[in-house]
Amino acid sequence: MKLRKNIPLIDQVNKFGFWGGKFGGNFVPETLKKPIEDLEILFGKLKKDKRFIEERDKYFKNWVGAPTRFIKLKNLTNHVGGAQIWSKVVSDANGGAHKIYNATVHCLLARRSGKKFIIGDTGAGYAGKMLSMAAKKFGLKCKIFMGAKDIARQQPNVKAMKKNGAEVIPVYSGSQTLVDAVSECMRFWVANCDTTAMCVGSTVGPSVFVRICGWSTSQISRELKVQLIEEFGSIPKKLKLYNCVGGGSSSFGFWNEFMDYDKKQCEFIGVEAGGPAKSKKHAAPLTYGSKIGILHGALQYVNQNSDGQIEETASISAGLDYPGISPLHCFLKDTKRARYTAASDEDALSAFKTVTKFEKLRPSLEPSHAFSVAIKEAKKLTKDTIVVVNSCGDAYKDKEILKKRLGKKYVKPN
Amino acid sequence: MLNPISLAFKKAKQENRAALLTYTVAGDSSKKQSLDILKSISKSADILELGVPHNTPVADGSQIQTSAYRAIKNGIKMNDIFNIVKEFKKFDKNKPIILMGYFNMIFQYGENRFLNKCNSSGVNGLIVVDLPWPENTDFAKKCKKKSIYFIQLLSPTTTKKRLKKIIRDSHPMNYFISMLSTTGGKLKVSPKSILKNYTKIKKINPKKEIVIGFGITEKSIGKLKSADGLVVGSAICKEITNSLRHRQNPVTNVSKLVKKLKSKIL
Repeated sequence: MKLRKNIPLIDQVNKFGFWGGKFGGNFVPETLKKPIEDLEILFGKLKKDKRFIEERDKYFKNWVGAPTRFIKLKNLTNHVGGAQIWSKVVSDANGGAHKIYNATVHCLLARRSGKKFIIGDTGAGYAGKMLSMAAKKFGLKCKIFMGAKDIARQQPNVKAMKKNGAEVIPVYSGSQTLVDAVSECMRFWVANCDTTAMCVGSTVGPSVFVRICGWSTSQISRELKVQLIEEFGSIPKKLKLYNCVGGGSSSFGFWNEFMDYDKKQCEFIGVEAGGPAKSKKHAAPLTYGSKIGILHGALQYVNQNSDGQIEETASISAGLDYPGISPLHCFLKDTKRARYTAASDEDALSAFKTVTKFEKLRPSLEPSHAFSVAIKEAKKLTKDTIVVVNSCGDAYKDKEILKKRLGKKYVKPN
Repeated sequence: MLNPISLAFKKAKQENRAALLTYTVAGDSSKKQSLDILKSISKSADILELGVPHNTPVADGSQIQTSAYRAIKNGIKMNDIFNIVKEFKKFDKNKPIILMGYFNMIFQYGENRFLNKCNSSGVNGLIVVDLPWPENTDFAKKCKKKSIYFIQLLSPTTTKKRLKKIIRDSHPMNYFISMLSTTGGKLKVSPKSILKNYTKIKKINPKKEIVIGFGITEKSIGKLKSADGLVVGSAICKEITNSLRHRQNPVTNVSKLVKKLKSKIL
């Protein structure tokens, strides 16, 4: 299995949609074969179409708000004492997280295909919130599937979705989290694929959805590359990019433009959700050696029992609380291009406390996982190392959890 | 020797009627009860589909999901499912059994080990919901070597060109999904238009048996009886759920329901 240079990673698939012949694919019911093929043709055409790219860039710039900031966390750097710690503040984007890129592109595609309805899944609620925003902007009717447990713990985003006119459909099956929301969303699509477009909220699902999402979030690294050159004159000699990994959409987007660099120069570190410190449950299939299996249409490393039943996960961050992981990341792990590790719930909370103590930045619980590992490792690194953490979401949505776990003083009205 | 599935179709044709296929979930609501249900309906049904429960089913509606979660909660494992088949075959060795499920269960068991176990326990056919053509080409060939029918699914969204290719590669039985729906959806198209699609498919190769499934109930089954075979699943799962809720015996209730279904296609 080998990573190829000069070809975008999303395009390094065989004719069945597998990366490395092993991850991804299209394990879907017959009914979805045709709509998926239609979407593949449409996306294949449009991603080479200059006018479409111009349209995408126009909305990214004027509506999403590109570029998001790239800032040095001076106080945190001084406190940690080691590498320079920087952040790409992707939560600056309209809506407060990276999910806006994928949502915008899916709505543009839906419009081109003449579909009037769009559906999507959500965990933390960001994918749902952004899809509801984009749907409203582009005049599409929108339904969002969300686990009942996530609805309870991410109320601010639920309210935002409803305000944007989306119908939020609670999913009560299974663990009532993201995994069940994705299943229910796919089931709805099976029954309504003639009139409705589906947006999968991360770089997961049947192959084409992985590719569309990766193509969309790559905006993050396109911006970062320019910003790094502006700041340092060239790509730094020692660059480390830390990102949390749930489904894997923000991390893939954060790394994509740096894929062809030597990993000694530009290292990728993915931080999975290790779950509560005292629990055996986790959402870190790459870190804890889960076996390869099929989830939501794709072969990937996934938490499962010996029979093949998908196992329940646990994480304080709804956005990382997913038993599987993008085929792109499985491929990056097996080719050793990226390194994966996990942070526990407690690690994330502690990192959140540290970051907010020293900086005017409020990363949500998802990027707090990445900050946790970045802070620990930065200590041992030299000053000429540039550590960049993708702060891909804002903590406003986590206010209830933060209040409960850390106390009122960590909650700010937004 | 002819696969018992083909024999079942032959017998139904001799009686000038559609074959009745039932679907129940293995281990619903317990290992013993699901075996008892199979035994009690085997007189009325021609082919028994046994669902392999999975906890992230992307094509099943709420009734089958409820049954599957119930079975998993009660501890059903892949080997128990093979045991149920084996025990059933001791009771009625000629009645064909088809396992229906999702590919991850086979993938984890190992394709070859799975097929060997199918053979030794008496499974006659397989329906793998999320392993479409052409991805299923190699696996279908392996099935053929073991004399197990790999049953291809066909849907209203399957293009004509694709239909032809799938049917060309298919084993003697195929499964037509009546409408755009998960299992057990409300029938949103008329039986007449379902039969029209069915006839189109049948014309491609009249020798292949085509069964119709998804959304078929006591109400609609009679109107579709000109097909080679008809599958009822969710309605049976619902009957089990209702029986449990009313503290009645699911075995007798399901048996009555299947008898009634049979009477509608005679």
